[in-house]
Amino acid sequence: MADVKKIATRESYGNALVELGKEKADLVVLDADLAGATKTGVFKKAFPDRFTDCGIAEANMTGIAAGLATCGKVPFISTFAMFAAGRAYEQVRNSVGYPHLNVKIGATHAGVSVGEDGATHQCIEDLALMREIPGMVVINPCDDVEARAAVKAAYEHVGPVYLRFGRLPIPILNDEATYKFEIGKGVVLKEGKDVTIFATGLCVSESLEAAKKLAEEGIDAKVVNIHTIKPLDEELVVKCALETGKVVTVEEHSIIGGLGSAVCDTLSEKAPTKVLRIGVPDVFGESGTGAELVHKFGLDAQGIYAKVKPFVKENS
Amino acid sequence: MENLELKRIANEVRKGIVTAVHSGKSGHPGGSLSAADMLTYLYFEELNVDPKNPKKADRDRFVLSKGHISPGLYSTLAQKGFFPVEDLKTFRHLGSYLQGHPDMKHIPGVDMTTGSLGQGLSAAVGMALAGKMDKKDYRTYALCGDGEIEEGQIWEASMFAGFHKLDNLVLIVDNNNLQIDGPIDEVCSPYPIDKKFEAFNFHVINIDGHDFDQIRAAFKEARQTKGCPTAIIAKTIKGKGVSFMENQVAWHGTAPNDEQYAQAMKDLEKAGV
Repeated sequence: MADVKKIATRESYGNALVELGKEKADLVVLDADLAGATKTGVFKKAFPDRFTDCGIAEANMTGIAAGLATCGKVPFISTFAMFAAGRAYEQVRNSVGYPHLNVKIGATHAGVSVGEDGATHQCIEDLALMREIPGMVVINPCDDVEARAAVKAAYEHVGPVYLRFGRLPIPILNDEATYKFEIGKGVVLKEGKDVTIFATGLCVSESLEAAKKLAEEGIDAKVVNIHTIKPLDEELVVKCALETGKVVTVEEHSIIGGLGSAVCDTLSEKAPTKVLRIGVPDVFGESGTGAELVHKFGLDAQGIYAKVKPFVKENS
Repeated sequence: MENLELKRIANEVRKGIVTAVHSGKSGHPGGSLSAADMLTYLYFEELNVDPKNPKKADRDRFVLSKGHISPGLYSTLAQKGFFPVEDLKTFRHLGSYLQGHPDMKHIPGVDMTTGSLGQGLSAAVGMALAGKMDKKDYRTYALCGDGEIEEGQIWEASMFAGFHKLDNLVLIVDNNNLQIDGPIDEVCSPYPIDKKFEAFNFHVINIDGHDFDQIRAAFKEARQTKGCPTAIIAKTIKGKGVSFMENQVAWHGTAPNDEQYAQAMKDLEKAGV
């Protein structure tokens, strides 16, 4: 994929905020001393009066956003996923989630693809944490086009939204001219009859590549992009499971609590299906380049292919 | 409003507090009673709020950061006319809108959902910041407990408020000196409280939180203070007004039984002006 254009979704986030900021006067952005990294810095430059740096105080930033929201502002708060969903979890739950305030959390540097910073900064639990909060929308976009569309959809949605962005540049899959983003609607990217691969975030493009390799082996995999972890597109998940039988989930997140768990929750109740969860097993990450870590945990096309092939071939 | 009238209302607020907690068989009377005079002053003299229009756009905001003294807030709101005093008897009952801790979604007059200590002040800071952004002249008030300020988030919020010169923000610390595990200076002392807020660039005023002259003067001084937020450190008596609850840590979060309730109401009837 050397010739495919790549952009990190954190870049998309910053750019989308600037675009939205031009039209929406009530949009304000808060950061916690990471504006350069989260890319909210571009918003700060464009709209200095609507940007506030809270310093290294994520809990307070979350509470300030709640207060701003009660006064009619639409705050987007940003820091690394580790601190947005981890450090400030209880503030998100009690000051934002419980009163269902209109706060958007733009969490960047999610997953192991953060890379060199290592395990302390590689949040592989955020989807699980955020998915647990009643009324929270959880979105994990797969490319630049989808990420920018998701930011706009999050603004339009009334209520709390968690947006997950990455540090690693990833291929642009979608065509901006035709792409329509709808919260809670999965997107079938490739039809197939032998297995369904539900993927999210950077694992979507890798799953598409894996499907090509599988096709060479005579395995016809359906690939579905699940950009919204909550509310999950249950109808589509069940439909695909009934059509293909076996299901695979792929995410740059712990296999506990994220997309894999969400799909299993649905299928175990509505269409019991054998599911292979691909993600970070129950371990912490480590230092390395983002690409090396994606490879180490088998989240690249090669790793996905290597796990899906025997799973499809084994007797159920 | 004369002090005598404020005292009369505060006494009614205290009756509502013990009634709510007795009826709910659960709740926090001690800190509610210590803050009752300040809550009364806030809602009857200080805050620009309208019980007929609780969501009025440019109203003053109040955040009860120490949300567990919900009986104090609810009783004051009821006295002010936001909802019937009679409803206090449904406090903490299944299906009641009067939740254990303040719930802005269901309780008229509650500006922020609180209860998890340390979080309310940040929300108040956000409200004050919104006022500054929009060049509105409403003011924001937050009430914290002296035990609550052991939470680190209070100091994150204070650092921000001081740095951003939020002179439309007033923090009241209810310094009743008791937290669940004992006197605050025996658990994990936050003293000197005034010096700490001064260091965070607040204008600090020390008062007796049961003296309406001092309360009045402090809020006036806060209005006149420009360029920094104000912290009013109010020395109070936990359980104030109910003889057997005063300065007793056991009444932090305990409901009176029928006999104790009768005694408490007798004390308050006697104090009634």
